[in-house]
This record gives sequence, structure tokens and C-alpha cells, in this order.
Amino acid sequence: MSSTNMSTNASTDPSIDPSAAAPNPAAQADQKPSDQSPPGVSSGRSWRPDLRGRPELWLVPAVFVVVMLAWEFGVKLFGVKEFVLPPPSRILEQLRVQLESDLFWRHVWVTTEEAMIGFVIGVLAAMVLGTAISQLSLVEKTLMPYIVAFQTVPKVALAPLFVVWFGFGLTSKIVMAAVISFFPMLINVIEGLRSADADRIQMLKVFGAGRWQVFRKVQMPSAMPFIFAGIDIGIVFSILGAVVGEFIGAQEGLGYLLLQTNYNFDIPGMFAVLVVLSVMGLVAHAVVRLIQRRVTFWAEQSRVIGA
Amino acid sequence: MSHTAPMERAAVPSDAAAGTEAAADANPSWIRVEGLDKVYHPKRSAPTLALSDIDLHVRRGEFVSVVGPSGCGKTTLLKILAGLIPRTKGEVSIAGREVDRPIPEVGMVFQAATLLPWRTILQNVMVPAEIQKLDKRKSLARAHDLLDMVGLGEFKDKYPFELSGGMQQRAGICRALVHDPAVILMDEPFGALDAMTREYMNLELLRIWKESRATIVLVTHSIPEAVFLSDRVVVMSPRPGRIAEVLDIDIPRPRELRMMSSDAAGVYVERIRKYFNASVID
Ligand SMILES: Nc1ncnc2c1ncn2[C@@H]1O[C@H](COP(=O)(O)OP(=O)(O)OP(=O)(O)O)[C@@H](O)[C@H]1O
Ligand SMILES: [Mg+2]
Repeated sequence: MSSTNMSTNASTDPSIDPSAAAPNPAAQADQKPSDQSPPGVSSGRSWRPDLRGRPELWLVPAVFVVVMLAWEFGVKLFGVKEFVLPPPSRILEQLRVQLESDLFWRHVWVTTEEAMIGFVIGVLAAMVLGTAISQLSLVEKTLMPYIVAFQTVPKVALAPLFVVWFGFGLTSKIVMAAVISFFPMLINVIEGLRSADADRIQMLKVFGAGRWQVFRKVQMPSAMPFIFAGIDIGIVFSILGAVVGEFIGAQEGLGYLLLQTNYNFDIPGMFAVLVVLSVMGLVAHAVVRLIQRRVTFWAEQSRVIGA
Repeated sequence: MSHTAPMERAAVPSDAAAGTEAAADANPSWIRVEGLDKVYHPKRSAPTLALSDIDLHVRRGEFVSVVGPSGCGKTTLLKILAGLIPRTKGEVSIAGREVDRPIPEVGMVFQAATLLPWRTILQNVMVPAEIQKLDKRKSLARAHDLLDMVGLGEFKDKYPFELSGGMQQRAGICRALVHDPAVILMDEPFGALDAMTREYMNLELLRIWKESRATIVLVTHSIPEAVFLSDRVVVMSPRPGRIAEVLDIDIPRPRELRMMSSDAAGVYVERIRKYFNASVID
């Protein structure tokens, strides 16, 4: 505060216009590039990708085309047998045939069902246990050694056991999917709830917040970015779990179909199933990302002071 | 009472000051701090004596500022007054009640704005009202008024990351006031503001103080600001934090910015500044 400032401002009218002090803040906010604005907050964003300064937008498809062409002609050039590595055109053909069969869609549905039910169970269990661990230190101290020990077990190795316990039907695959998506989720829930900023917790406490309010208003929202990271890993893992379960013993599902095509030396058909499995994983990932962007839009912006 | 006699009295005695004194006599010390010590015990290093033998008495409705070099324990003192951290020794009470946990009648502005990034500005300001389950319609009306007052009227539905640091800090001030607290603790609330906004906010704070008749304890880095706003200025010395002096500021109210360039104000500022210079030489 300099005295020059004060004398220029020495108005007897106490209601000095504050907008004079903060020069045109609205204009500043509008100058932000639209892709920095969170969804639901920005006004009118363009869906046409801006190619300037984003070479990846054409590099990614270009790499795909080059690899496919090299594969297609390389296989023919070196005379690689179709049951070792079929050319992409054969895989595509086989994929078309499969997509037209109802039986194939039945397999897709079975695997999807197992993975999703298992995923939901795994995520919910991880949320409950993770919350208990983060809120009650006795639970943490008692259970953490077991969780760490159990985490080192390769979960897919349990699949044969689950088939023995839960049979050849859906249940053993659901259990496998649940177990395999549970752990990455659990770790993220615990870390996320711990990540809550201590100053923000103190702020709530000053205003009289109790434990539950601190949990609801700070810890839970702070954990959301972590929880979504866990969900993102977990949902892809759950497909893996379902397929591994089907490998061990099943009458339907994409894992079962993979083994069948393999026994029959239908290698193009096998690749076609792999393509479908990766598309399923990609769709799951994309859906998670879409929801995440809406829920934790604020986490992508780091300009909050006290963060 | 621990405050020392002022070095010189202002030439013009004011009615406003007389009024505060009368009220003060009825309730001589509303915030009472006696023999307060605070020792931090960090996990990996030696204990720090952050506050030593602090005595402070604040009358109801009084405006007290705390100044002192960085690290002298100002934030620590405010957090103890807010009931956020335990004290090591001594007594602290507000309105006759011992402070060992946060009291709902207290509002606090933090050194960093500590807004919740997933809430809009308006939702952030409403946090105390939600926690204390106050009447929603009334609180919303007050939140709107406060935001308009600090010049954030157009930004109510924006998220904190869309605002500058100074704007976030102003939102933090609104949040501290929304539940109409009887005691307002402010930890360098204007630090992130430019000089012009800061002066405007100073005047607004005085207006809020007058209307709400709240008791304010303000920590600030700016000596002129402390002198301009306060009834008394507490000067703290560094490591361990002690009260070096308490000055009565006898500048008449209502105060206007032009009084800051008056001789009386200048004398106070110079006198406080001496403590800072002495502690730098140490
Ligand atoms: N949580 C803590 N654990 C250990 N030591 C702490 C803690 N908080 C503060 N201190 C120490 O206590 C002393 C006073 O800190 P405090 O934050 O109260 O200072 P301050 O006067 O607010 O400083 P500033 O003006 O820079 O904000 C410092 O030496 C600091 O290192
Ligand atoms: Mg501080």
C-alpha cells in the first residue's frame, strides 16, 4: 500500500466499483482455449478436431495402415502358412462370418455378462473394504498384511481352484473377474481416500464438520480420480478374468471359443475373437473415460490454490 | 490486560471509539488467551517451540490485527483460536467457553483459499451453511450478496480453476462470512490480491465488521493494512513466537483510505516497522 495509491483512491464514496480493480476478468476467462474447459461448463465447443499442432491425429491411423499392409504382403511374400499367421484380409473375412452368426454373439454376451457382474462385485467390495481400511486404523493394521500378501499371488493361478469350487457355469468366471478387478481397485480406493488435502479437511472442521461430513465432502470427492484409475484397470482386468475362467472349463464364452478355434486350427477365427476381445476392452475403457471426464473434470485442472 | 499504553493519542477523539469502549467494559475479554505455549513435535526432526507465553485479550466486537515476521507463529495462533490444533500449555477461551474443538460461531479465512475444486464458487461459499444445516434460502441469499459484494457476482457458477488466485481468495472470504459468525479469524486473507482490490476489500471488511458487530482477528503481512483496519495491533517476534508489543490505534472511525497518509498512521507504521527491522538484524 503506497500513499500515492491511497490519495488517488481517496474517494468519500466507499462503494468503489470492484470491476475497476480487477480489469475485465470475464474477458480473460473467455480467452481460454475451449479444450481446457470442463464438459458441461464450456459453452459451445467444436467437435471438429484441430489438426494443427496435433500430428498424432493422422499419425495413429497412418501407422495402422502401414502395419496392416506390411503384414498382408509380408505374410504372402514369405509364404507364411495361414495356420501360423493369417493375413489381415483373412482375419477380416473370418470376423465378418462370425459377426453374422447368432452363436458368436451368444459367446460375446456370455463373456460380457461374466466380466461385468464380476467387475461390479469386485468394485463394490473394494469400495467397502477400502473405505473401512481408510477410516478405521484398527481394520487397516489388522488386514493390510493379508492384503499385501494376497496381492503377490498371481490371481489367474486361482482359476482352476474356482472351477473346482464354483463349477463350470457362470459363477466361477464371475468370481475370477471379481477377484482380479478387486485388487487394483482396492489399492486405488485406499490411496484416493488418503490423498485428501489436509488443509481442506481442516477447513471443513473449522465450520464444524464431523467425520462423516469430512468423508462425504472432501475425502470421497478427492478419491474420485484414483477410483476412476482403479475402475479403468479393473474393467479391462475383469474381461481377462472371465476369459481365463473360460479357458479352464466352460461350454460358452469367448475364452471357450478361443480354445475351440485353436483346436480346429482355425487360426483366422482365433484372431477374429482376439479382435473382438480387444474391441470390448477398448469400449469399456472409452466408457470409463467418458464418465470420468464428466465426474472429475476438475482434477485435470491444477490451478486451484491450496491443492 | 496486556496491551501497553499507546505512544501517542490521536488528536481527534471519536464517538465511535467511545462506543466500542463502553461495550467492551460490559464484556472485557471475549477472546482470552493466557500463558499459551505451542510446541510442534514433527516426526523426523526436533520439537519446535512455535508460540511462547502468549497473553491476548480481545474485547467483543474488537478488530485486532496480528503482524510479525514469517514463521513467528501467526497461523499457529489462529489455528489454536479456531480449535483446530491442540495447545501445549495455557488457557484459551471464547465467550467464556474453553476452546478445545472448533466452535460454530467462528468463521475462518485460510492463508490459501482451500476451495473444493469439484464445487462451483457458490457451492463452495455454501459449505459452512450445509455443515451447520442452516436455513438454505437465507444462506443462499446471503451467499449471493457476499459474492456480489466481492465482485464475483458473474462467477458464482464457475469452478475454482477458472478463477485467478485473488478471486479464489475472495471466494474464501465469502465462505468464512456466510454463516454470520460472531468471531472471524483471517489468515492473510488479502495476500493474493492486487493493491487496488486489496484496498477495496479492506473497506468492505470494515463495513461487514460494522454491520455484523463481529470480533475480528486478522493476520496480515502489511503493516499499513493492520494500522488502517484495527483497534489494536499485536506485534509478534520470531522464534519462539512471543508478543513483542500491543499498540492501540487511536485513529477515529469511520476510517477512510486518505487517513492512511496521515501523520498519526505513519507514526504507528514506523513504530511497528522497527520491530521487524530489529528481528532481521538478529
Ligand atoms: N504442522 C507443523 N509441524 C511442525 N512445525 C510446524 C507446523 N506448523 C508450523 N510449524 C512451525 O511453527 C512455526 C510457526 O509457523 P506458522 O505457520 O504459525 O508461522 P506464520 O507466522 O504463520 O508464518 P507465515 O507468515 O510464513 O505464514 C514455524 O517455525 C513452523 O516451521
Ligand atoms: Mg502463516
